[in-house]
Order: sequence, then structure tokens, then C-alpha cells
Amino acid sequence: MNCRAEVLEVSVEGRQVEEAMLAVLHTVLLHRSTGKFHYKKEGTYSIGTVGTQDVDCDFIDFAYVRVSSEELDRALRKAVGEFKDALRSSGSDGMGQISLEFYQKKKSRWPFSDECIPWELWTIKVNVVNLANEQERQICREKVGEKLCEKIINIVEVMNRHEYLPKMPTQSEVDNVFDTSLKDVQPYLYKISYQITDSLGTSVTTTMRRLIKDTLAL
Amino acid sequence: MDTDLSSQDRKDLDKFIKFFALKTVQVIVQARLGEKICTRSSSSPTGSDWFNLAIKDIPEVTHEAKKALAGQLPAVGRSMCVEISLKTSEGDSMELEIWCLEMNEKCDKEIKVSYTVYNRLSLLLKSLLAITRVTPAYRLSRKQGHEYVILYRIYFGEVQLSGLGEGFQTVRVGTVGTPVGTITLSCAYRINLAFMSTRQFERTPPIMGIIIDHFVDRPYPSSSPMHPCNYRAGEDNGAVYPSVEDSQEVCTTSFSTSPPSQCVFTVTKTHFQTPPPVVTDTLKVPVMGLAFSHQLSSSRLSYQPAALGVGSADMGYPVLFAGGLNAAHPHQLLGPGKEGGVPPVPSQPAHGTQADQERMCTPLDGVHYSAATPSSSEDTETVSNSSEGKCGSPHDLLETIFIRKVGAFVNKPINQVTMANLDIPFAMFAPKNVELEDNDPMVNPPDSPETESPLQGSLHSEGSSGSSTGNTHDDFVMIDFKPAFSKDDILPMDLGTFYREFQNPPQLSSLSIDIGAQSMAEDLDSLPEKLAVHEKNVKEFDAFVETLQ
Repeated sequence: MNCRAEVLEVSVEGRQVEEAMLAVLHTVLLHRSTGKFHYKKEGTYSIGTVGTQDVDCDFIDFAYVRVSSEELDRALRKAVGEFKDALRSSGSDGMGQISLEFYQKKKSRWPFSDECIPWELWTIKVNVVNLANEQERQICREKVGEKLCEKIINIVEVMNRHEYLPKMPTQSEVDNVFDTSLKDVQPYLYKISYQITDSLGTSVTTTMRRLIKDTLAL
Repeated sequence: MDTDLSSQDRKDLDKFIKFFALKTVQVIVQARLGEKICTRSSSSPTGSDWFNLAIKDIPEVTHEAKKALAGQLPAVGRSMCVEISLKTSEGDSMELEIWCLEMNEKCDKEIKVSYTVYNRLSLLLKSLLAITRVTPAYRLSRKQGHEYVILYRIYFGEVQLSGLGEGFQTVRVGTVGTPVGTITLSCAYRINLAFMSTRQFERTPPIMGIIIDHFVDRPYPSSSPMHPCNYRAGEDNGAVYPSVEDSQEVCTTSFSTSPPSQCVFTVTKTHFQTPPPVVTDTLKVPVMGLAFSHQLSSSRLSYQPAALGVGSADMGYPVLFAGGLNAAHPHQLLGPGKEGGVPPVPSQPAHGTQADQERMCTPLDGVHYSAATPSSSEDTETVSNSSEGKCGSPHDLLETIFIRKVGAFVNKPINQVTMANLDIPFAMFAPKNVELEDNDPMVNPPDSPETESPLQGSLHSEGSSGSSTGNTHDDFVMIDFKPAFSKDDILPMDLGTFYREFQNPPQLSSLSIDIGAQSMAEDLDSLPEKLAVHEKNVKEFDAFVETLQ
């Protein structure tokens, strides 16, 4: 099956990286989360309620909506924090990308482990710029805010194409499609990874490690 | 065909569409209340949360929406529209956005109503939540308060987009196909948000260039007087609803909304007096006011200065042009009513007539530049504007520099004004009129090298003697060094003297050898102690370094 891939690019200042990434990731996950499923007998289920909340950015003139789930927020912040640290400590010219991949698990027979089949991949390419003075920073705040507005519109456009979504699973299959570990919402199974581009434009060890792990897993 | 749809499905679909419409209105109005919305997720379904989303229901809003729908549903030609407008405390109002829920005839027969349509409607509501924070009106609504408020109006029927001004943009939130038609949710929003105001305005306009002064943070909702976008928690009983002020006519107040240009010019006071049209390399002309012509088709500014006044009047005020995208109108000059300044701008849009715009500029005493195109001949003064219109980002200070250069091959003697009486820096180094031609390498080539032919040799010597006589004037003998920005009467010492005196300061004592030699030995001895101390405090230093990162 083909995996739908979308790429977004942003140029931000160092301290805006975290908020910009969270804004995009939360917006995608808002669309890709449902309420908790409660299966009843006869194969029917009911769905819990997803709450939302507004988030104001401190370093960008921007606000976004995210799912009201502290666990989800924590998970995203952790991933984005790692990405930000990696960007900063890499010593490269501040280019990297963070990817949010939605996948489905396919159970394989022993001794093979489960396959992870991605069905949607969001990649956000980040270019960190350095600014010289406060006036430039102010302009950057507004500009990045405008850019993020455009990105949100792009995301919504993709979401509304109503392309492939995994079928609603039965109770036994629900863990192959959804992440049921959170207690208040249920996003599709996702994983976040990142890579930092060094100055030669090639990606470094994180990708290599992932590749090796994936081939070994197969 | 309706026969394909079972009656249960049809009933369900109608219910879904009705509640979708009501929830849409709630989301839009709540997004314009001016406060952050927060609802809780609940893992156990309550049964009253439509589309599995926790969206509060404000009773007044539901009431208004139901009143507008009057039992009908959005259908082809009958759209549900939510109009968001802004109203200032003076009574000016302006439409900001129109959100439209439309239905068209394109049906999707195969789709399952109770499952797919419902989930897609839920997704569409999530998209609406995201998009309502992204349009310009959101930021305006977050700042509403004493100076202006945001109002909403719901109507049903034909979409009316005329109040949004020209150049409005649309964003599509999404579509959901159903067996009876395709539901489309979109928003048309105004781009040009400039108010005409003769009062003082901010130096730093917000993103969309709105010029409204005295913005304050919105006070706590319950304390403010009746604002239709305000949510008051106490009125859940549904008995009494405050009359919505704007459910009457669409606001059609005729205030001017012609968009200004995109540049922000600041006129700063320079040290010039009255520069006459002299031949110098660059001439910084303080721009009093600019009249722009109409030809803005792209973001690049092209203008013809109709009348530029230059004078010694106080010109320390900002001439502010707010940003506007897709501007297709002539630029409007906004000027405050300071003394000696530009008279207050008339409030009707000047559509393409320069005559109107000339009214705005008062030619003061001084030079009066006639309208010049950049490609004029040597005789007229060529005025070129080095600053261009920038898309989007407003800059506070952008000085326009008029660069006038004498053409390289100009042979015409320019003998209008002598340099001496000009109070410009380095006046005595400005090229004198008489020597201009002689010293111009284009006119007089530099000395040719030695030749063997006597004829050429004589020519050469003649040329060299000629040039040598001309060269005596080239020796710049510094009679009195007058550096720029220095005044003799304030300090007895001017910059040049200061510089000369302090060019060779005495050497630092710590660098002199004998003292250094003594302390070196002591330093070496004390090093181990110092190292021990630093090692003890290594944790503190690490913490300090952490804070720096």
C-alpha cells in the first residue's frame, strides 16, 4: 500500500523551533485522534469525547488548537525537545527534519515480529536562522506566524481529501491501528523520528541506526 | 435520488447536518470571543457531545442560529452564513469574515451515513477549530476590548461577500460528500484592515496593517458591557437573551478602506538646511510626502513624485503606510496633523487621480522637484528611489535616499552654485566646477607611456604639462580639518584633535616588562591553589554554563 507523504518546510529562529514543531504536530494529531473506544457486545462500540484547547506561542505571533490530553502533549514535547537539542548540539548549520509517521501493525507469525506499515508520513523540514538584532527578531515573529498559518491551512487541506484511513478495527485489532495507551484520547498509532542534516547535506547516524534496526526487525 | 437512501438514514443525515450547522456556529463564535477556549476530553461518552468533540453550547448563539435556520437546513442556494465584523467605540464598523456552510448538488451515493459521514463531519469540525485560529480576525478578536468589539451575525440564504472589500481571500475548511449533496465549509476574509484615521497611530502596525490606536488587553468578559460575542456564564436558562445588536442590517457605513501602499516611510530630521540642486554624489532628501501613482500591479512600487517639498520644517514624524496584499488601489497618504506637516488626509479614496494626491503634499520653501521619470536626460534631475515596496512585513524606519548622479559622459558645464556657501561636510572636497572636466579621466585620459616618436613625445609632454598644471589643484592641502558632525563651540576639542592627541597612548603598566616578570613567578606559584579552588566549585560552574545555553 502506498504511504501518503507530506512535506512542510519552515525557517525559524532557534528559540521558535519548539513551538513551531509543536504547533504542526498537534494540528496533525488533532485530526488523527479520536475519543477512546468502548466496545460493547455485538461488535459495536462507542467513542469518547475529545476536548480541545488553545495554545498561545511565546516566541511566535501564533496560536493553535491541540487535543486536551496532557499525556499526548508530554509525549510530543519530549520528542520535540530531543529534536531541538540534537539540532543545537549537532554543530551543523541548523538544518534538520522531524517526521510524524502513522502506521498500522500487522501481526506476523512467530518468529517474525510485527510489521509496521506506514500509511501517512508528515515531514517537517526545519532551517534554523540566526538573527542579529531585536528588530529582525520582531519581524521574524510575525513572519513565522504567517508561515505557520499557511502550514495549518495546508495540513487541513490534506486532511480533507479524505484519502486512505485504516478501517475501524474490531476489539481484538484495535491495538494494531490505534494507540490505546493514553487514558483520554486515542490517536492512530504514530511514531516520531528526526534527523539532523550536517553541512554536507547527508543525514547522520540517527537514520543509519534506524535503517539497521528496521532491517534487523524484518 | 432519495429512494436510494433509507428513511432512517435520511433522518439521521438531516439530524447530522442540523447539529453540524449548530456546532459550526458555536465554534466560530467561540473563536471570536477573545479568550482561550479549553474543553476537557472524556473517555466515557456522555451522549450529548455531538461528533465526539467537546464543544460547549452557548445558549444565545444556539438561539440565534436556530432563529436564522428557521427549521430549514442548508441546501443548494440556501447557505448558512456567519458574518464576523468589528465595531469601534466610535461606531465605525467593518466586516471581517464570512463563514459559509453550503450545500451543492454533487452527491455521493455510496457513502455510509451513520458512520463515514458522521466521522467526516467530525473531522471537518476539527479542521474548523484549527482554521478559526489562523485567519486575521482571530488576533483582532483576542485584542478586543475598550476600543472595538467583534460582533457576529447569522443569516441564511445567499452569501453576501460585498462587504469584505476588494481583494478578500478565501480559505476552504473542507468538504464532506453525502448522499444528498456535498457540504462545503469555507471562509472569506478581508485582507485590508486599514481604518482611515486622522489621529495619531502606532509606529509598529500589526501584521495586517490595521491602524487603530489605544489597543488594550481585553478585560474580563463579565465586567464589560453587552458585547454580542461575549459569553456570560449565568444565562443558561434560556429565558432571556440579550438583543443582538447586529442582527439588523449589514453594516454599510461608508468609511474609507482603500488600501495604502506597503512601504513604511519615516521622515527623519536631517542636518540639511536647504540643499539647492547641486551636483554632488548623493543627496539625502528628507521626504515630506509622496504621492503615488496608480500602477501597482505587483508588489513593486513604482511612483512618480508629484510634488515633493523639502524644507527646514520639523519633519520628525512617521508617515505610515500599512501593509496590504493584492492591493489594487492607489496608495493613500496618511499624515498626522502636526504643525508644518501634511494636512489631514481626506477620507475618500483617491482612485487613480494624481490630482487628488497632490492635495496632500504641501510644497514648502525649498526645492520643488518636478515630476521626473528615471529615464530622463541629463538636463533634468534624475530622481530614483532606492527603496522598494516590500511585501508583507512593515519596517519602522526606511529612509528614502535620492541618489542623483551626474552622467559619466556629461560634458555640460555645471556652474550654478558654488560649493563654498554650502554647509555640507567635506564641502571643500566636492569637485569644483572648473576642474570637473579637466580631472575627469573620461575626458582627459591619464598620461600615456613614453613613446619614441618625437611627435608623440611632444604631444605627451604637452599633455603632461597640461595635466601637471591641472594637477596642482589635485593636491589636497588640509587647511582646517572639519570632520562631520563636529561643532567648535561646544567643545574646545573636536573629534580630529582628539583623535590626533590620543593616537599614541602610553603603554599599559601591566605590559611593561619588569613588573610583568615579577608577577609571573607569583602567578605560577599560585596556580595550583587556584586550580584546587576551581575544582571544588566545578558543579557551580557547570550549572552556570547550563544557564547560558
